[in-house]
Amino acid sequence: MSDTHAQTVAFVRDTMLPEQPPPASEAGVIKWMRENLFKGWFNSILTLLSIFFIYKIVSGAYPWFANGIWNTSSLAECREMLDGMTGACFSVLTERWNQLLFGFTYPTEAYWRPTLAVVLLLVAIAPVLYPKAPRKLMLFTAIYPFLAFWLIWGGTLLTPLMVLVGLIAGYFAFKKFERQSFAMGMLAGLVATVVVIWAGGVIPAAMPDVLALQAIPSRDLGGFMLNMILGTVCVSLSLPLGIMLALGRQSSMPIIKWMCVVFIEFIRGVPLITLLFVANVVLAYFFPPGSNIDLVLRVIIMITMFSSAYIAEVIRGGLAALPRGQYEAGDSLGLDYAQSMRFIILPQALKISIPGIVNVAVGLFKDTTLVSVISMFDLVGMIRGPILASTEWNGVYWELWGFAVFVFFIVCFSISKYSQWLERQLATDHR
Amino acid sequence: MAESANAPMAVSDEVAIQIQNMNKWYGSFHVLRDIDLTVYRGERIVIAGPSGSGKSTLIRCINALEEHQKGSITVDGTVLSSDIKNIDTIRSEVGMVFQHFNLFPHLTILENCTLAPIWVRKIPKREAEQTAMHFLEKVKIPEQANKYPGQLSGGQQQRVAIARSLCMRPRIMLFDEPTSALDPEMIKEVLDTMVELAEEGMTMLCVTHEMGFARQVANRVIFMDAGQIVEQNEPEEFFNNPQNERTKLFLSQILGH
Amino acid sequence: MSTISDPPSGSFQLSMLINDTRYRSYTFQFIALILLILAFAYLGYNLLANLQAAGLNISYKFLGEPAGYDINQTLIDYTSQSSHWRASLVGVLNTLLVAFLGCIMATVIGVVVGVLRLSNNWLVRQLMSIYVEIFRNVPVLIWILIIMAVFIAVLPQPRDFRGEDATASMVFGAFAFTGRGFYSPAPVFGPGSGVVVAVFLASIAGIFAFRNYAKKALYDRGQLIPTLWPSLAIFFIPAILAFFVMGRPITLDLPSLQGFNFQGGIFMRNSLIALWFALSIYTAAFIAENVRAGILAVSKGQTEAAASLGLRPGRIMNLVVLPQALRVIIPPLISQYLNLTKNSSLAIAVGYMDLTGTLGGITLNQTGRAIEAIFLLMLFYLAISLAISAIMNVYNNAVKLKER
Repeated sequence: MSDTHAQTVAFVRDTMLPEQPPPASEAGVIKWMRENLFKGWFNSILTLLSIFFIYKIVSGAYPWFANGIWNTSSLAECREMLDGMTGACFSVLTERWNQLLFGFTYPTEAYWRPTLAVVLLLVAIAPVLYPKAPRKLMLFTAIYPFLAFWLIWGGTLLTPLMVLVGLIAGYFAFKKFERQSFAMGMLAGLVATVVVIWAGGVIPAAMPDVLALQAIPSRDLGGFMLNMILGTVCVSLSLPLGIMLALGRQSSMPIIKWMCVVFIEFIRGVPLITLLFVANVVLAYFFPPGSNIDLVLRVIIMITMFSSAYIAEVIRGGLAALPRGQYEAGDSLGLDYAQSMRFIILPQALKISIPGIVNVAVGLFKDTTLVSVISMFDLVGMIRGPILASTEWNGVYWELWGFAVFVFFIVCFSISKYSQWLERQLATDHR
Repeated sequence: MAESANAPMAVSDEVAIQIQNMNKWYGSFHVLRDIDLTVYRGERIVIAGPSGSGKSTLIRCINALEEHQKGSITVDGTVLSSDIKNIDTIRSEVGMVFQHFNLFPHLTILENCTLAPIWVRKIPKREAEQTAMHFLEKVKIPEQANKYPGQLSGGQQQRVAIARSLCMRPRIMLFDEPTSALDPEMIKEVLDTMVELAEEGMTMLCVTHEMGFARQVANRVIFMDAGQIVEQNEPEEFFNNPQNERTKLFLSQILGH
Repeated sequence: MSTISDPPSGSFQLSMLINDTRYRSYTFQFIALILLILAFAYLGYNLLANLQAAGLNISYKFLGEPAGYDINQTLIDYTSQSSHWRASLVGVLNTLLVAFLGCIMATVIGVVVGVLRLSNNWLVRQLMSIYVEIFRNVPVLIWILIIMAVFIAVLPQPRDFRGEDATASMVFGAFAFTGRGFYSPAPVFGPGSGVVVAVFLASIAGIFAFRNYAKKALYDRGQLIPTLWPSLAIFFIPAILAFFVMGRPITLDLPSLQGFNFQGGIFMRNSLIALWFALSIYTAAFIAENVRAGILAVSKGQTEAAASLGLRPGRIMNLVVLPQALRVIIPPLISQYLNLTKNSSLAIAVGYMDLTGTLGGITLNQTGRAIEAIFLLMLFYLAISLAISAIMNVYNNAVKLKER
């Protein structure tokens, strides 16, 4: 081009240049391998090492899996079948499947109940997890806790129903007074709930056999079911608590602020296991004499306190990330504290906090295995206790621990992947 | 619009805001010193001054976003005290537009405009939506009502913010540098909206660096420096014949190029 | 005239407790305080009533009584006749030991994995992210138990090292990895070894002095002195010379098989190793993510700006990227240390006698002093985490970017 306009500075292009393929060395598998695997001697060594490592793992694990035995009733029998070959005795999983899932004292004929509760949980949680799921499902989400309680613990359906009715009454009382003031609404709602539950309490007491399932005491809960129950119950309960603690910690009133700070820092400063010890041996001293609160409930109380402190810190981060202008805009429009929190601040702060909350939830779910230390028989407790100690399966480590790793990995990994997905969704949502 | 600048502005002698001897400190830093200011209904006042001179703080005090420590502020006959009811009354009388719009990003434009009328003024939702659409038409973006703030340009967002304030039917509007965060090509659309508002007789207090706007619509220009009112005058006099040395310096810097 | 807008104090009305911004917050706080006191009073009353019913009291006298149990891994002298207090102290030291070892190993693994996750080698990147995901998403308690299972099921017992047809052998004749734990040589400091140690410490000081000198040379005279090889030389040569000059005063005590067990050397129990390794690899997965995020947080613009000034890649890393990345990495790193320390309380699951195992375990069970023991246990962990937060605050204040 320069030849035609050699003398002048001005230049006008009259034909556009067509696109050309890159040189051969810049494309294809070869290029990819050279760039990503063998760029320099150090990289090549790393690649070879990695390949060797993968080979070792696969060559060791493959026959173990491939020769796995699925249908014997004891380790001795399994070893006999293997006859000296490398192979896994997965039959411990099939033989003890129910124990791993439900513990060893949950009545066999009631296994369908927690199974159904898990299936329904997936339905109930769908509208929470997927913003696009039909909104009407939310209604089911609202009644799910009561249904699940009835399914797992049994007894008459009237008990959870009465509580549900009480909460609905409370909700309507709240709606009626909320326009006047949030505090009034809350008070009215609380009073209505308590009155209805207290007055209605006679109904289930009078008719214990209406729509009743066989009642199962909490100490019979066990296996992976116990981990699931503790995880979901404690996370759901700790969310509202965490929000309140976070708001309290952000408060301008020193006494309220310090109460929240002391609680949060105390809980975050001690290991969960000490709190479980408290649930196990100390907490009972603080209940009224003669009351008999069972261990599962005490553990739920302590784990909920534990996770609410962590959730509070996550939400506090979300609150702090909001620009001050949002608070000021609410103020200048004349919204009061409760209104600007409900409509402006919290919806945004919670949205920012979702990844953090999910992290806490995953951590908490993993931490539910700690209850095995205070001799509760969750999945880990079942493996360490009744199964490994039994004469049939004494010595089957890899299959059992591999199973535990697999189960927790699947659940926790999918939750964290979900949170990453949600983060991307929210990021492109409207901004 | 040119004729409106020349037309004499009808200003009543009814007092809208009365500030007497107001002082404010941030810690030991004296931000506002002995402010005395009377704003009449229908007046349009532009407050100018170098940054850090306390102009924003002054109008934020009127809306009780900042507390003053000494002196009195009376808005529409209501004394601004520590009584929550008085603060609420004043805030619902006074609309405020911020430099960074401060729209609520998680709510649609329409919800932004109806939130406060529904929950503070207790207006039924349908009526609040009609009002909101009315004001959105007025700022010329009714078609955006169901979008989210993030989907709008800066100028559009600021016009929504003005509409949001108007939905509360305020009698006084405060503007805190409404065009400072905008790209140059969007400033005009916001100023046009403000001019229109001025022509309808709204009482306005604007902190702004838009001197053209001041010449066009203001009845009075106030120059502040170091936390005090240094000079105030009608725009013609203020720009053509400033008295105070600081004012002259400021005008030469701001109009110098 | 100076009218203050607030009404004079004479006209105080009861409604102002709720409606006046000055009194409102006091009202709410007063109510909150009353509720708090009531709650505590209720709990305290229940506690006293329950204690009375059970015929118990709160007393810390048990700390002075003989513990009556053995601890198999101790850093200080301890017998079963020692007091519960002494047992707790052993526990504290054991907690600190495993936390210290764990933090070091977790940092090393975490930094390496974190950097490798950013490597331009695709295979390595994938392997490292598999490592991180697997270890982050499975409870640490399971890892501890798995590693413990390795000791029980895989590693040879000391008796396997015996005889002609031994199925296991020591590594380099000095290290033995057995199901009971690891045996390694212990240094024995003979007379004159003080000199060697002193020379070694002095040479470390010398390295710092040399680096300072090199920096000064660069700043004052613009003279760039290589530091790596001289530093290595200063590190090794004087100490080795001193070692031989003093007639090899430091010797190694090798573990050797005596009967059915090893004697001599340093013995680390299987429970300690299981806990240490499991906590390290678990925490390292988190640290790796922090490291990666920290390096990614330094914007590409910084590297480009440094490169455009003509700095070489190594110097860009040292002078521009690392100082900024460390600001991002260190706070979460410290909180990972705190997590590791708290997780070390899981020792009780494998029988390692840390504080939870002694004070919160056997002592509690033997004396029945649940409230007192757990209170002290919590106090200890609380003190540690407060101390760590204090360090973190000091650090954060020290590195805070000077901004307007």
